Amino acid sequence: MAFMLLRRLAQAFLILIGVAAITFVLLYALPADPARMIAGRSATAQTVASIRHELGLDQPLLVQFWTYLSGLLRGDLGRSYAQKTEVWTLIVARLPATLTLMAAGIVVEVILGITFGTIAAVKRGGMIDRLVMMASFVGVSAPQFVVALLLYVFAVTLGWFPMSGYGSFAHVVLPAATLGVLGAGWYARMVRSAMIDVLNQDYVRTARAKGLSSRRIIFRHALPNAILPIVAMIGIDIGQFMGGVVVVEAVYGWPGIGQLAWQAIQQVDIPIIMGVTLTSALAIVTGNLIADVIAPFIDPRIRTS
Amino acid sequence: MLKSWLLGTTTAAAILLAPLAAMAEGKDIVVTYKDDIVTLDPAIGYDWVNWSMIKSLYSRLMDYEPGTAKLGPSLAESFEVAPDGLTYTFKLRKGVKFSSGRDVVASDVKYSIERAVDPKTQGPGAGFFGAINGYEDLTGGKATGLSGIETPDAGTVVFKLSRPDATFLHVLAINFASVVPKEAVEAASGDFGKHPVGSGTFTLKDWVIGQKLVFEKNPNYYVKGTPKIDGFTVEVGQEPLVALLRLQKGEVDIAGDGIPPAKFLEIKNSKDGAQMIVDGEQLHTGYVTLNTKVKPFDNLKVRQAVNHAINKERIVRILNGRATPAKEVLPPLMPGYDKDYAGYAYDVAKAKSLLAEAGVGSGFETVLYATNTDPQPRIAQAIQQDLAAIGIKAEIRALAQGNVIAAGGTEGEAPMIWSGGMAWIADFPDPSNFYGPILGCAGAVQGGWNWSWYCNAELDKRATAADSMSDPAKSAERVETWKKIFTDAMADAPWIPVTNERRVVAKSLRMGGEDNVYIDPTRVINYDAIFVK
Repeated sequence: MAFMLLRRLAQAFLILIGVAAITFVLLYALPADPARMIAGRSATAQTVASIRHELGLDQPLLVQFWTYLSGLLRGDLGRSYAQKTEVWTLIVARLPATLTLMAAGIVVEVILGITFGTIAAVKRGGMIDRLVMMASFVGVSAPQFVVALLLYVFAVTLGWFPMSGYGSFAHVVLPAATLGVLGAGWYARMVRSAMIDVLNQDYVRTARAKGLSSRRIIFRHALPNAILPIVAMIGIDIGQFMGGVVVVEAVYGWPGIGQLAWQAIQQVDIPIIMGVTLTSALAIVTGNLIADVIAPFIDPRIRTS
Repeated sequence: MLKSWLLGTTTAAAILLAPLAAMAEGKDIVVTYKDDIVTLDPAIGYDWVNWSMIKSLYSRLMDYEPGTAKLGPSLAESFEVAPDGLTYTFKLRKGVKFSSGRDVVASDVKYSIERAVDPKTQGPGAGFFGAINGYEDLTGGKATGLSGIETPDAGTVVFKLSRPDATFLHVLAINFASVVPKEAVEAASGDFGKHPVGSGTFTLKDWVIGQKLVFEKNPNYYVKGTPKIDGFTVEVGQEPLVALLRLQKGEVDIAGDGIPPAKFLEIKNSKDGAQMIVDGEQLHTGYVTLNTKVKPFDNLKVRQAVNHAINKERIVRILNGRATPAKEVLPPLMPGYDKDYAGYAYDVAKAKSLLAEAGVGSGFETVLYATNTDPQPRIAQAIQQDLAAIGIKAEIRALAQGNVIAAGGTEGEAPMIWSGGMAWIADFPDPSNFYGPILGCAGAVQGGWNWSWYCNAELDKRATAADSMSDPAKSAERVETWKKIFTDAMADAPWIPVTNERRVVAKSLRMGGEDNVYIDPTRVINYDAIFVK
């Protein structure tokens, strides 16, 4: 176990360096010139050149990457080109909001996903199954529609929750519900197919033959065996939500990392884009690592193999 | 009896006065924007959102009367221009203090402008100060200050120019000339933009990154009775549509991003619509550049032909009527705008015959660049259809803003660019601002903004001559000179002037003030002049 962890950590480190390198090259291959963007419309060519020089953008790509990497290893993400603020400060300022929404969103999607996925699997082919699958299809394929509907009904018409902003429990309900409903579609489909698989296994038939109640079969025997893919999916979601959920954050005025990234992309603010990408990559790697570590505790078969 | 009468009237008076009292208390307003505020550093901030906030946080030697383009001394008490136009002497207003409590002195003015020019600041505004002596030495790294700014005593600033610059007083009114205290800049260690200290109408009380900025009235501001509100909170990250819903519910006073096109008519026709919408002219012209260095646009007749081919009324409709068709380079609010200039009328037959005269009567293929945010691609499509009607097949390249700018500033790259979303809004209300960077030879360089690559040496000479007329008595003559320069430029047709866009701001019913302080020609929202009814 310890050896596995160590190996995975080393892998994670290499992955992060790789992500940094690829993102760096991609960003610098852009035809848009960050110095030109900072300089704005009225700057003379001389001003643009001096800004480029001050930012070190006139140096060879390898030198620039080395400068960035050595900063990174010291924990320095650099300063935003446009804002001149430390990138780390900007990311940290948005972490609480991002983490809150991530946690709340995952709770909602897991609860909805497991509940409806299980019901659909048990009542396979029936009316409820078809309804759930249709709803999940809508959720998966029409996110904007779902967001608009939630916002309109609960914030505008009923006025139960604030339309946008951050700070109280009431503020988190709609964004988390939106994320949850959107994500629940995937979870429900996943749980449904895993459950159908498990319910067809011999040991479930045996349990049924023994005369166990169907509730006991579902909750004690089937669900724990069907839940493993969900753990892996949560690991992926942690990473994805850490990178920001641009649409949901934008609609609900949620001050998360997604908004930061979106604006940075518009402004070709490379240090911020790098910082957010690396934070997200770090979260994906960590999320997967955690999922791998806890998997054996959920499913003992993994431990023995 | 008397007692009950007294009681009755006092109660009535109390009831009558109560709403007034409640309103008087609420002089803090809420403003929303979608994008986060990039910076409040006056040497760096250069977008239309932070522009108006920086205006109010700091003061400058010169400034404009609210809602107008009328220039006058502000932090300066008086000034003198030497007859040769090369020396400007300013006397500072006495007793002005930074929000830190220290007096504003002449050396602060010198420091602030040197800071804006210094390459280490990485600011976009250095070029505006190019006429000050010693500019090249500072930008070239040979000096650490500007030899052309002298401070004989704490209350006097003298500018020595290397050439007459008729726009110099305007330059001292733009944000880059805002006065900042050196010790506060140094204390902020590189992030003054988030820790601003100035001597303007407001101070920044709190900044929660990604959420809100709280501005508080400066009680010691040197113009009595200004500002008129107690403070304003800027909430960022607010989707324009949501901001508008909140405005209708009374949670927001000014929706800074205006009204999304899809909602415009609905709001306009609603009961309170007329009082909520501020729809104001700004110093803007949207245009299509015709690259004079790319075939066949190197041919004047082709450039004239496409000028006749564009149906500008239709483009105005795409913008929901929030624009007027443009005929010339300058917008109508700008001094030097020629209201009698006929321009190139929409005339498909004439366009076709001009193409035939140019020898490309059967049409040709070309590329039209535009930014990829709505409504720009739709406008590009309208232009594409108009061009198709005269046989020109234009491929649309809708790219991120930075990529379009890069293509425009590369010689021989972009045959046509629709400037929507990028250019051009004047930095100050002077016609020269519509020439140098976008039509003059100096802008026709790698990385420049003269995307037509139009360079007319004779016009450049006349432009320089016009900008040398710094004698205020000659200002009418100067404006006439500029007027002629722009109509002569249009004879060469380097652009298709398309629209003069208006800006829209939505405000709540309790907000007072003329429309021109919500869309002020020099600062968009004028936080100094708006008030709560």
